[in-house]
Amino acid sequence: MSKQQNTLMGWIDDRLPVTQTYEKHMSKYYAPKNFNFWYFFGVLSMMMLANQILTGVWLTMNFVPSAEGAFASVEYIMRDVEWGWLIRYLHSTGATFFFIAVYLHMMRAILYGSYQKPRELIWIFGMLIYLALMAEAFMGYVLPWGQMSYWGAQVIISLFSVIPFGIGDALTEWIRGDFLISGATLNRFFALHVIAVPLVIVMLVVLHLLALHEVGSNNPDGVDIKKLKDENGKPLDGIPFHPYYTVHDLVGIVVFLMIFCTVLFFFPEGNGFMLEYANFEPANGLKTPAHIAPVWYFGAFYAILRAVPDKLLGVIAMAAAIAVLFVLPWLDRSPVKSWRYKGWISKVFIVVFAAAFVELTWLGTQPANDLNTFLARFCSVIYFGFFLLMPFYTRMEKTKPVPERVTGGH
Amino acid sequence: MSQDGVNKGRRTLLVGATAGVGAVGAGFLAVPFVKSWLPSEKAKAAGAPAKVDISKIEPGAMLTAAWRGKPVYIARRTQETLDNLPALNGRLKDPENSNKEQQPAYADNINRSRKPEFIVLLGVCTHLGCAPKYFAEVQPEAFDANWQGGWFCPCHGSRFDLSGRVFNGSPAASNLVVPPYSFEGDNVLVIGVDEENA
Repeated sequence: MSKQQNTLMGWIDDRLPVTQTYEKHMSKYYAPKNFNFWYFFGVLSMMMLANQILTGVWLTMNFVPSAEGAFASVEYIMRDVEWGWLIRYLHSTGATFFFIAVYLHMMRAILYGSYQKPRELIWIFGMLIYLALMAEAFMGYVLPWGQMSYWGAQVIISLFSVIPFGIGDALTEWIRGDFLISGATLNRFFALHVIAVPLVIVMLVVLHLLALHEVGSNNPDGVDIKKLKDENGKPLDGIPFHPYYTVHDLVGIVVFLMIFCTVLFFFPEGNGFMLEYANFEPANGLKTPAHIAPVWYFGAFYAILRAVPDKLLGVIAMAAAIAVLFVLPWLDRSPVKSWRYKGWISKVFIVVFAAAFVELTWLGTQPANDLNTFLARFCSVIYFGFFLLMPFYTRMEKTKPVPERVTGGH
Repeated sequence: MSQDGVNKGRRTLLVGATAGVGAVGAGFLAVPFVKSWLPSEKAKAAGAPAKVDISKIEPGAMLTAAWRGKPVYIARRTQETLDNLPALNGRLKDPENSNKEQQPAYADNINRSRKPEFIVLLGVCTHLGCAPKYFAEVQPEAFDANWQGGWFCPCHGSRFDLSGRVFNGSPAASNLVVPPYSFEGDNVLVIGVDEENA
C-alpha cells in the first residue's frame, strides 16, 4: 500500500483507510482479463439501483400514500409536476431494466458456474438481493393504486393464506392491516418500499461485493486466476478493475442506456407488460379486471403457480421455484465451473432451461387457456428438472479438460 | 489484559445470561412493532351491516353489494336452475357442504341459501381472492364446454356453480363463502346480521 505523507490524502489515510479501500476494490482488484458481454450486467444492475433510488426519492416528493390520494397524485406527477413524467417513467422503466440486468446477471452465473465453490456466499447474497428486489417491485407496483395494483396485491397477499392451522388467515390480515386490501396496506407498503427494503437491498449489495472481492471474480473459462501469479504476486491473467474494467464497462453502460432510453421515450408502457392498461383505472375493490396478470418480470413464477391445479401445491411449487435457486451451488457436482468445459447434457439443459424460463415468463402474462396451461406445466417440469437432476447429470457426464490460463481476452 | 485466573465457566455463564436477558428484552420490544400491523380500531369499526333492496333483481340476474369493502353477490335463481343443481354434484369438489366454515348453518342445504331462489355469496374467490365473474347463461364457454351457469374467476380459472360450489379441476379448494345475512321483510337483505328480524 502506498501511503503518502504530509499531504491531505496522507492525513485522511491515517484516520480512515480511503486509499487502502480504493486500492483493494478498484485499482488493485485484479479481475480476469477475459470478461465478455455477460460481465456487464453486474455493473448495470448497480446503475439501475442508483437510478431507482434517485428517481424514487424524487417521486416521494409528490406522491400521496393514501387510498384517496395515491392514484390522483400519480396523475399529478405525470401531468403537472415539472419533468414529473420523465422521473416517473425513469422509475417504472427502470424497474424493467433492473430486472433485465439482474436476470442476465444470474444467467451469467449459471453459464460459467460463478456460484460454485468458493463463491457460494456471493450467490446466496445475490439471491437474497433478488428476493428483496421482488418484494420491492411488488410493493412499488401497488403504490399507484390502480386496478392492477389492487388486485395484484390481493392475489399476492392471499398466497400467504394457504398456510394451514389458521395461521394463514391471521397472517394475511396482519400483512394487510385490515380485513381487505385498503389504505392501511398502501401506507405500510409505501414505508417498506421507500425505506425498509431499499436499505436491505443496499446492505446486501455491499455484502455481495465484499464477498466477491474476497475470493475474486470468476470468468468465462472458470479458471482460477490466483493460481498463476507473476513475481509481484499479481495474477498473470488479471488486470486491475480500474481503469481497465471501469472504462470497458462504460461501453456497456452507453449501449444499455441507449436501449433503455428508446423504451423510456417511445414505449414507456411496454405495450402493457410494464405498465398494465388496467392500472390506468383507479382501484375498485368490487370488480376484478377481466384479465389479471403480473408485470413481465414475475411472469415465470406466476405461470408455475397457475400450472398447478391446487391452491396449496401451487403456492408450494412457486415458492420452491425460487427456493431451489438458493441451493444451486450444492446441486452442481461438476468438477468444472464453466459450461464451456461441461458435458453436452449440461449444455443442452442450460439452453432448454433458459428457453423454458422465457416461455414461462411469457405464459405468466397471458390468459390461462388449455394450451397455455399445458405449456406452463411442460416448462415447469423442465424448470425443476434442470435443478433437481443436476446432481446426477453433472456427475455422470464427461467434462473437457480446463486450460491452465484463460482463453481469449484483451 | 491478563487472562490469568479467569474463571471461564463463570464468564460463559455471565455472557450467556446477559445475552439471554437481552434476547427476552428484544422480544418484548418487538411486540408493539409487530402488533402495530394488526387492523386498527378504525378498520374494525368499519364492519357495519349492509342493507340491500333485492326486489329489483330479475330471475337469472345478479347484483353486487359492498359489505366490509368486499363484494357480495346476490343472484336470483330460476326454478330450472335450482332443479339442475343436484345433477352437478358429480363434477364438484364439495357438493354436500362438508366444509362447514364456508356457510352459516341456515345455508347448509342443497341451495346454500335461506330462500332457495336468492343465493348470497362473498365475491371473493377462495383461491387467491379475486372477484369471480358471473356467467349466468347455460352455454358452452371458452373455459368450459359444458357450462351450466355460475361464476368463473378470471385470475386463475376457478369455476363455481350457481350455488357457489367449486368445480373439480379448479385451483380453488373450497366453495365460495356465504356471508351471514338475513331478511327484513320480503325485499330487504341485511348482510352481516344472522338473526331474522321480519
